[in-house]
Amino acid sequence: MSPYEEVILEHWRNPRNKGRLDAPDVDVVEANPLCGDVVRLQLRVRDGVVEDVRFDGRGCAISQAAASLLTDMIKGKPLAELKGMKDEHLLDALGGVIRTRLNCALLPLRALRKGLSSA
Amino acid sequence: MIDVKAVRADFPILERKVNGRPLVYLDSGATSQKPRQVIEAVARFYREHNANVHRGLYQLAAEATDLYEEARAKVARFIGAAPEEIVFTHGTTEALNLAAYSLGELLVGEGDEVVVTAMEHHANLIPWQQLARRKGARLVPVGVTPEGELDLGELAEAISDRTKVVAAVHVSNVLGTINPVPEIAELAHKVGAVVVVDAAQSVPHLPVSVRELGADLLAFSGHKMLGPTGIGVLWGRKELLEKLPPFLTGGEMIREVWLDRATWNDVPYKFEAGTPPVAQAVGLGAAVDYLSSLGMEEVRRHDLELTARTLEGLLERDYVTVYGPTEPEARGGVVAFNLRGIHPHDVATLLDQEGIAIRAGHHCAQPLHRLLGIPASCRVSFYVYNTPEEVDTFLSALDRVWEALG
Repeated sequence: MSPYEEVILEHWRNPRNKGRLDAPDVDVVEANPLCGDVVRLQLRVRDGVVEDVRFDGRGCAISQAAASLLTDMIKGKPLAELKGMKDEHLLDALGGVIRTRLNCALLPLRALRKGLSSA
Repeated sequence: MIDVKAVRADFPILERKVNGRPLVYLDSGATSQKPRQVIEAVARFYREHNANVHRGLYQLAAEATDLYEEARAKVARFIGAAPEEIVFTHGTTEALNLAAYSLGELLVGEGDEVVVTAMEHHANLIPWQQLARRKGARLVPVGVTPEGELDLGELAEAISDRTKVVAAVHVSNVLGTINPVPEIAELAHKVGAVVVVDAAQSVPHLPVSVRELGADLLAFSGHKMLGPTGIGVLWGRKELLEKLPPFLTGGEMIREVWLDRATWNDVPYKFEAGTPPVAQAVGLGAAVDYLSSLGMEEVRRHDLELTARTLEGLLERDYVTVYGPTEPEARGGVVAFNLRGIHPHDVATLLDQEGIAIRAGHHCAQPLHRLLGIPASCRVSFYVYNTPEEVDTFLSALDRVWEALG
């Protein structure tokens, strides 16, 4: 069974940065109503850099693993850099995602973009 | 007994592999696979008889018309109806939209009520929502018991003198529940309401006689019963069809046309505006022949055997929740379920890696899923070409999904 690359299974079983922040600077929820996947992303920003991040949510293994991995990827990064983040950055880091599940994998990235556009 | 090996040999697609494994197709509730008899009937129509129907004064047009009308007669016999009671549509959805629109024009006004159930497919819900909105009528939903059955007590209370239409599904595409249409019809007819049945999951799988059901209008699709996509049926009692105003208008459905007005053709042609799906109707006729040669009692028995085996296997796995009646006899050949804490999409994707095709999602029944308190579910559904071994393959693959993600 391979569409669930080891990185996805690993993040699904041991999610990173899961929980909530007190008084986050960015607090955004993105959902895929058709399948019920929900990702909440919270960022604390200092001097234009992501100082801390948390995610919470529910849904499929791919969306939740992608959210976990994304928090690892963006921590310590300047917002300016994150604004240029492409789909491929996340998909490659996940080890590739099959065509039928791209929407799931990209849900947390949509949350991030929504949060950054209002930040 | 159905000779499944012989049946399988008729379905070319079952020879193919998916992700290196033989295809195990468990999504016939969404659409069935097609036997070569149907594929060839459609191809032969285009190769040898193609012309528009009911118009041309030449040999080909006469042949095409005969084949189209012959298909109508076959479908009529299949459900115990008269040919003029069979309206060809593009599918169940169009048939139900026709029913809702035309019934609405005929008999639904402000303050009237339309009774629906909480287990409807969106195709038998949204047309009634739209009708209620258009006419200022009220939609009255009837709930589902914890056992996954229609709440008949609630139904009896919901039906009143204001009820003009009762719309219900015959076999739920999620719970598998077989609803007691004769009882529903009796309750509805007491107040003079019209009964509309979504039979998309029943006509392909159960012996259905429209007279015994006691409904007034009944809709189903060709593609779920071994036929082509793009063809569906609305059956209606002749006297009701004659009273109903047309839905789609244009060519073919008219008798006389002036610049400012028109009169309508006889039933069923009054409801068949434009060029109908002729080749698809011919394919549906071949599908009906195929099912009739197997015998619908045998088709039902085969579904039941596979459903019972599936239910038994799922219920003995403590990580699985099954939705709907636990008695196989109370169901059609569909079983919806979830794995604890695992999203149905993950289950479907992992099973696909083993060549097993199942459905995962809300199955066009969002209100029912809301009632069940889940965003989505997995669903397996069977047909004449599925085997007990495929059920076992599916069940053991489910154990591997649980090991991987549970």
